Amino acid sequence: MSVAPDPVVSTPDVVGRARSLARRTWAVAAVPLVSIGLALLTSVFVIYAALLSTGRPLRLELPLEAYAALFDGAFGGFDEIVDTLAQSAPLILGGLSVALAFKAGLFNIGAQGQFLLGALGAVAVGVALKGQPVVIALPLALAAGMLAGAAWGFIPGALKAISGAHEVVTTIMLNYIALAVVAAAVSGPLDTPLSLEPLTDDVGNAALPILVGRNGHAGIVLAFLAVAAVSWLLFRTTRGFEIRTVGANPDAARYAGMRPRLLIVLTMSLAGLLAGASGATVLLGITRNMTAPYATTVGFDSIAVALLARSSPVGVVFAALLFGAMRAGAPLMSIRTLVPRELIDVVQATILLFLVANAVIRRVLALRGVRGGLEGVETITRSYGRDVTVR
Amino acid sequence: MTDPPAAESGPVIAPALEMRAITKRYPGVVANDRIDLKVRPGEIHALLGENGAGKTTLMNVLYGLAKPDEGQILLDGEEVHIAGPADAIARGVSMVHQHFMLIPVLSVADNILLGEETMRGPIFLDRAEARRRIIELGRRFGFEIDPDVRVGSLSVGWQQRVEILKALYRNARILVLDEPTAVLTPQETEEIFAVLRRLADEGHSILFISHKLYEVLEIADRITVLRRGRVVGQRLPAETNENDLAELMVGRGVQLTVDRGDSHPGEVALRVKGLHVKDDRGTEVVRGVDLEVRAGEILGIAGVAGNGQDELVEAIVGLRRPSAGTIALYGTDITGHSSRSINRAGVAYVPADRQRFGLVLSFPVADNLVLTSYHRPPFSGGPFGLFRNDAAIAAAAGDRVRQYDVRTPSVDVRCATLSGGNQQKLVVAREFDRDLKLLVLDQPTRGLDVGSIEFIHRQAIAKRDAGTATLLVSAELDEILEISDRIAVMFRGRIVGLFDGRAADKNEIGVLMATGGRDAAMLNAGVPA
Repeated sequence: MSVAPDPVVSTPDVVGRARSLARRTWAVAAVPLVSIGLALLTSVFVIYAALLSTGRPLRLELPLEAYAALFDGAFGGFDEIVDTLAQSAPLILGGLSVALAFKAGLFNIGAQGQFLLGALGAVAVGVALKGQPVVIALPLALAAGMLAGAAWGFIPGALKAISGAHEVVTTIMLNYIALAVVAAAVSGPLDTPLSLEPLTDDVGNAALPILVGRNGHAGIVLAFLAVAAVSWLLFRTTRGFEIRTVGANPDAARYAGMRPRLLIVLTMSLAGLLAGASGATVLLGITRNMTAPYATTVGFDSIAVALLARSSPVGVVFAALLFGAMRAGAPLMSIRTLVPRELIDVVQATILLFLVANAVIRRVLALRGVRGGLEGVETITRSYGRDVTVR
Repeated sequence: MTDPPAAESGPVIAPALEMRAITKRYPGVVANDRIDLKVRPGEIHALLGENGAGKTTLMNVLYGLAKPDEGQILLDGEEVHIAGPADAIARGVSMVHQHFMLIPVLSVADNILLGEETMRGPIFLDRAEARRRIIELGRRFGFEIDPDVRVGSLSVGWQQRVEILKALYRNARILVLDEPTAVLTPQETEEIFAVLRRLADEGHSILFISHKLYEVLEIADRITVLRRGRVVGQRLPAETNENDLAELMVGRGVQLTVDRGDSHPGEVALRVKGLHVKDDRGTEVVRGVDLEVRAGEILGIAGVAGNGQDELVEAIVGLRRPSAGTIALYGTDITGHSSRSINRAGVAYVPADRQRFGLVLSFPVADNLVLTSYHRPPFSGGPFGLFRNDAAIAAAAGDRVRQYDVRTPSVDVRCATLSGGNQQKLVVAREFDRDLKLLVLDQPTRGLDVGSIEFIHRQAIAKRDAGTATLLVSAELDEILEISDRIAVMFRGRIVGLFDGRAADKNEIGVLMATGGRDAAMLNAGVPA
């Protein structure tokens, strides 16, 4: 899309343009970056505590060694980097799901349930088509996963549009229902007789091909395509403008003749589709079959990713890469330094705490010209008080 | 420009309040630049200035909400350092805010006691003593009030008296009133002025903040005018007039009443018949409204806020479905149509609350300029108008910003960074900038400075002269009188009177606004001329 020269500002020089870009980037990224730094700093004490609790002598340099091992495990070589990407891909898709909902002023806690339904849809169709050619089996299994996720997002969207039922409540409930649906399907119609535990067949030809290294499945490409698609939707289309307007000011959206209810249903369905895609890529790219308690926290971690990304699709990439890298590097850290891999959960949670307390950070560090309010956090806090979108 | 020569004779009494060379800087602006202000005991001192002139900052300094960078504050000749609102109140300085700080579900007495509890022993409130004092205070200043009535059931004028009582109960000697008449009818304004006079006569000093010139001339003993953070003049009401004050305030000559030629009404553009509309709680607040607006005329709807005007307007522009009645645009029925299709039919709407409805403050100026037209070519393209055309949006934004004199560094800055006047100009630019059949203006100049009001009124009259039918709703009777060709008065959901815009009598309309007309004659007799 061509951009006409700005008619108001007389064409600024390149240096000025670069400087203003840097300033804007800093304004948006400062709080997340500082939060990450502070979280790594506070986690140092957790590392010491973990060390002391095992009765070993205190070694001051241990945190540095642990972080170094974490880094090595995530970026130390080709396989490690591919691993990081593979861990990040589902978080990118899930993060996009939550971020898109945030943009519309909705809090999609249901990414977890939509993720599970996406995996279930993918395995159901994948197993059924496992003998078909890849070009048939894979796209259909993927599509089934996305549609199942979309359906799981459509439900809370429709409930909110019709009756005003709050999406926070309905999506939490739907997360539990999703667990039960998966358990019923995997131990029932999808169960393979070969195993004592509830377990489905392998998806065979429906699996995502490995493109690079050990785990570099095609879902990684899909995740990055989704980033481009969501960015395009939000910022280059009229529908995206409507979604952002409803999120930023639902009253103004109504005034402008937009239809908030329709947009709520659309956004929640799209968010479900993205989370469903996340589940489908994990299933078709990594596990290839499904167990009854399909142990995962991707859906919940996606909320953290979206918050850290300030709901920006590009920010989601960076946030997901960070969390993915920690997941990929944790095993090496625990092998090399005996620091338990749960440390990364502590880091992740501490980042969130600092993010939410960003007003404190900005005051203590006297950060000037830095944007404080997080779209996501605002959505969460606003979610409980008044409900303006439905009338 | 300097101190007026008057009133310095006689025995020297220390001013009740003196502010000396108060300077307050914020990043990028000097909000107060060496401001000197003296308020004598028993004086009503008006502080006049446009939005952003530094009135609020100065009052925040006085109230301890902002720390001055330089300068001194003296109370009764002694320098004080005010640490915060509680400290200010303890020193006898009280503020009555424009938006009342009252709790509607509590009684008058409880509201007054809140934060300044009269106790009997360490645990129990002494309600009896409090009631006695409240009644006595009210009697002393000419308004008796029942301390047990719920504040929520009082009219706005009486709520304001409760605010004043609150200050008096805390032994305030200096009262600061921030635009106290913004929400009052002309009659209520007269009544509150009488109360203020009594207070001044008893030796209280009153600092009266306003940007309404005629009011200031009526009530003040002395007028200080601020512009861009500086004192630009002091006047006694006897030696000045509205034009002089306006010029001081704005810094250039301003036409207070916009020149308008005669209207040339054409055929009926908007016809509303037997309209009934419910509010959000399901109460019928528009109860059988009939009205007509012709092409090329401005019909002003006068009324105290909350008499169904908002709902009437929302029904006309398609944001609220009427429960009965019809709305027709040039003979075509548009009752119950969506707001978008009504907009498409040539109806533009400037909402009363621009920040809540008219703008998305976190979006850039350019996006706000297409908020109601983003879906139309050239701003959208492709199948079903799915694609945004950023180039066209930016180009149109540049044009409109220039044409409507919206002061903004660029069209890419967030709308929140614009001043109130420029935000409203932005809404006006967006809504006026096409051929219109009907223009609906709801409180189009609320809270704006004189310059912006003048601009917006000019634009509205230009639209009228171009043949647009205009419906103007305003709680500001002066605004209605200034630009309306015909005036309808709305009271409790009905139109209770219709007047010719040029021959209308302000008092008569004021009484109708307050009473609906049933006992208008009786009340009229009691209103001071």
